[in-house]
Amino acid sequence: MRLRWLVPTVYIIFLMLPIYWLINMSFKTTNEILGGFSLYPRNFTTASYVEILTNPVWYNGYLSSISYVVINTVISVTVALPAAYAFSRYRFLGDKHLFFWLLTNRMAPPAVFALPFYQLYSAINLFDTPWAVALAHCLFNIPLAVWILEGFMSGVPKEIDETAYIDGYSWPRFFVKIFMPLIASGIGVTAFFCFMFSWVEMLLAKSLTAVAAKPIAAVMTRTASTSGYELGLLAAAGVLTIIPGALVIYFVRNYIAKGFALGRV
Amino acid sequence: MNKTLNNRAWFMVLPVLLLVAFNAIIPLMTVVNYSVQETFGNNLFFFEGFKWYEQVLTSSRFHASLTRQIIFTLVILAIEIPLGVAVALAMPRSGPWVPVCLVLMALPLLIPWNVVGAMWNIFALPDIGLLGYVINAIGIDYNFTRQPGSAWFTVVLMDVWHWTSLVVLLAYAGLRSIPDAYYQAARIDSASAWSVFRYIQLPKMRRVLTIAVLLRFIDSFMIYTEPFVLTGGGPGNTTTFLSIDLVKAALGEFNLGIAAAMSVIYFLMTLLACWCFYTLMTRGDEQ
Amino acid sequence: MARIDLDHIRHAYTADPRSEADYALKEVHHTFADGTACALLGPSGCGKTTLLNIISGLLRPSDGKVLFDGRDVTALSTEERNIAQVFQFPVVYDTMTVYQNLAFPLRNRGVPEAEVDTRVREIIDMIDLGGMADRRANRLTADSKQKIALGRGLVRSDVNAILFDEPLTVIDPHMKWMLRSQLKQLHRRVGFTMVYVTHDQTEALTFADVVVVMYEGEIVQIGTPAELFERPSHTFVGYFIGSPGMNVLPVKLDGTTARIGEVAVPLPAPVKIENGAKTELGIRPEYLSLGREGAPFAISKIEDIGRQKIVRGTLESHPVAVVVGEDGEIPADARLAFDPAGINIYADSWRVEPEARA
Repeated sequence: MRLRWLVPTVYIIFLMLPIYWLINMSFKTTNEILGGFSLYPRNFTTASYVEILTNPVWYNGYLSSISYVVINTVISVTVALPAAYAFSRYRFLGDKHLFFWLLTNRMAPPAVFALPFYQLYSAINLFDTPWAVALAHCLFNIPLAVWILEGFMSGVPKEIDETAYIDGYSWPRFFVKIFMPLIASGIGVTAFFCFMFSWVEMLLAKSLTAVAAKPIAAVMTRTASTSGYELGLLAAAGVLTIIPGALVIYFVRNYIAKGFALGRV
Repeated sequence: MNKTLNNRAWFMVLPVLLLVAFNAIIPLMTVVNYSVQETFGNNLFFFEGFKWYEQVLTSSRFHASLTRQIIFTLVILAIEIPLGVAVALAMPRSGPWVPVCLVLMALPLLIPWNVVGAMWNIFALPDIGLLGYVINAIGIDYNFTRQPGSAWFTVVLMDVWHWTSLVVLLAYAGLRSIPDAYYQAARIDSASAWSVFRYIQLPKMRRVLTIAVLLRFIDSFMIYTEPFVLTGGGPGNTTTFLSIDLVKAALGEFNLGIAAAMSVIYFLMTLLACWCFYTLMTRGDEQ
Repeated sequence: MARIDLDHIRHAYTADPRSEADYALKEVHHTFADGTACALLGPSGCGKTTLLNIISGLLRPSDGKVLFDGRDVTALSTEERNIAQVFQFPVVYDTMTVYQNLAFPLRNRGVPEAEVDTRVREIIDMIDLGGMADRRANRLTADSKQKIALGRGLVRSDVNAILFDEPLTVIDPHMKWMLRSQLKQLHRRVGFTMVYVTHDQTEALTFADVVVVMYEGEIVQIGTPAELFERPSHTFVGYFIGSPGMNVLPVKLDGTTARIGEVAVPLPAPVKIENGAKTELGIRPEYLSLGREGAPFAISKIEDIGRQKIVRGTLESHPVAVVVGEDGEIPADARLAFDPAGINIYADSWRVEPEARA
């Protein structure tokens, strides 16, 4: 029992190894990488990072990734809020079926939708814009948002709503002024999950963009394959794509444990 | 909670409904449409009935990738769920190390999926990757681009690396919600560590573990990007899972009818699985 | 079953307590006789839960010793102390049946199955859950669950004491009353030493043989319910116990007369007060009466609470409550009379024992 700290420690070391290796590679010169195995960079260089940060293709890749992720998060949370309220407070015609149907979309394989999405968003002239990706990601993020928010809202006693109505609040004013602050942590958690799944999803993001709105992670693999076997550049780009995620986790670190309970436990 | 009957609640659900329907129903109709037609280019389509479905369902290629998919999903569930629960149980319940552990553990979840694939590619390269180098150094012949065994090992290990943390975080959240009184009562009753796990922790984690199994089942069933970047489905077709096969058929071979029929079958399978889990979960809620 | 001695116990949550104020629990030195039903009563934050945790072994006191039947158990853990505890909200093993829940502590201790069965059946009847033995525990109502939690303690015949930490918090009001009286009966039947923490005076007074009233980390009085009512040793006990609480009026003493402003109240015996101490007279509303004789009293409000009426008003601008029987008359120009038997004198909030009549 005294050694139980070993379990998480070993697990975390296992998690960190590939990341360390990526960072290690990103500071090596191409010659050193191809020259053989080494545990740390012998000829430390930041050339790969300089290349990435001075090249507008990379820079734009970052911007477009961030923009579709943010647009998606905002849309998902905004439309999910009233819907989750309806599911948590009211019975209405077909509510259970509707909820199940929503959930099935979280479970639809993106591979099934890649081609039809391409045709659909081409047809409405949104192809290769952040909006296309942001809207497409709504397919799985909105159901997820509704599901998580519904859990948090069900934890708020219904008497609060009734008291507010008796006090003369209109529904929109009650919802914004009283109800939303009560489930603020739930909204934060939901936004975190939407951000996460939109940021990591690549199949749809790649299929719906060509040049202008190419996400950073897609720029990365493409550049790496067109410019030959440049592992150093690939590794540096990989490291840079980890940073936004790491920042987001750092900011929510004290809410992670509570957040993953999804308000339901 | 007692809910009141209010059909006007439909208006609150409407935006969600429209957005999701736009994304789900139109493409699904396109897919269904393709799955019953034949095309020779020039946007000319002919109705073909269930020909493509018959072809898919009887093709050994589909059977092979479906089998691979099911084995893969079962293997990673069998590893990730117990491992995740074990790590969560060993985590400290409070203290300065908790946020540190959580941040480091959540990190793999926030890495774009093709970066995960690329990272593991670099990590597992037999000559210059840490993993590949070490395995070869201890005398095991390992090369994930040539040997199916090595490829499977790498793909499974990558998924364990990528997703076990989700199980850990869910299980940990479940554990943390158990009030101290339960542990105190168990101590007073002289319960063994195993009894505490079996009769307190496991029942209290039931709900979050159902969610964990559900998410891991569904996401591993649609896995595409990570193995595609890592192995490209190879060597041969040994790591070609359903989604990879589907994209190969649709974009690689432009076999639209086959791909669409596969999509529909694939979708129906996830729907069935989803329904099973949903019934299980809502039954849990009623208790 | 055991006698519990608390030997000069003090507890501070800070590592290095310097002054008296650092102690969440100020010195406690008391013995609970074997088989007593004792209640720890006080408002939240008064240190009663701290004291309970010290008895149960969840907390180790900063100073002092805990003894069970004369054996020092201060260093022993909860399980080694052989006690049972019922928590604020019901703790049951969800996946087990009622029977399995009750058998669990015995089976863990390796008791032979035949004895487990007799014991469990006996307890199931005792806690009135007959016929539910094979029901899943998580389907039961809160009060039944709480009974199971209690049963897990009762089932062990060797248990030293059963501790209750506000066990009725989550129980429906109408069930509270039932459960309370069942608990009292159970105590009479099994005779275990029981310690019951609560902030509800009714619970404490009906359950306990001995009530320990705590206030700001200190025991202010230990006594039977009757003693607490008649002779509150601290004005806090006067306020806290009884509804409405005791009237406390500032007085000046003059031999066997207490003066409240212009009003003179005769005392049954002389009381000696040190100079400079804040002197107060405490009298329960039950010992005041309204009539044509006595001190002038301005009535402000009359509350009818069924069998009694509470009359509120002021005496020399101090608020005073009086309890009058249902049929008691309230004259228009009422005057207030003091029953000497109910008068207590307080110096700096602590009761002063009257001097024996010379």
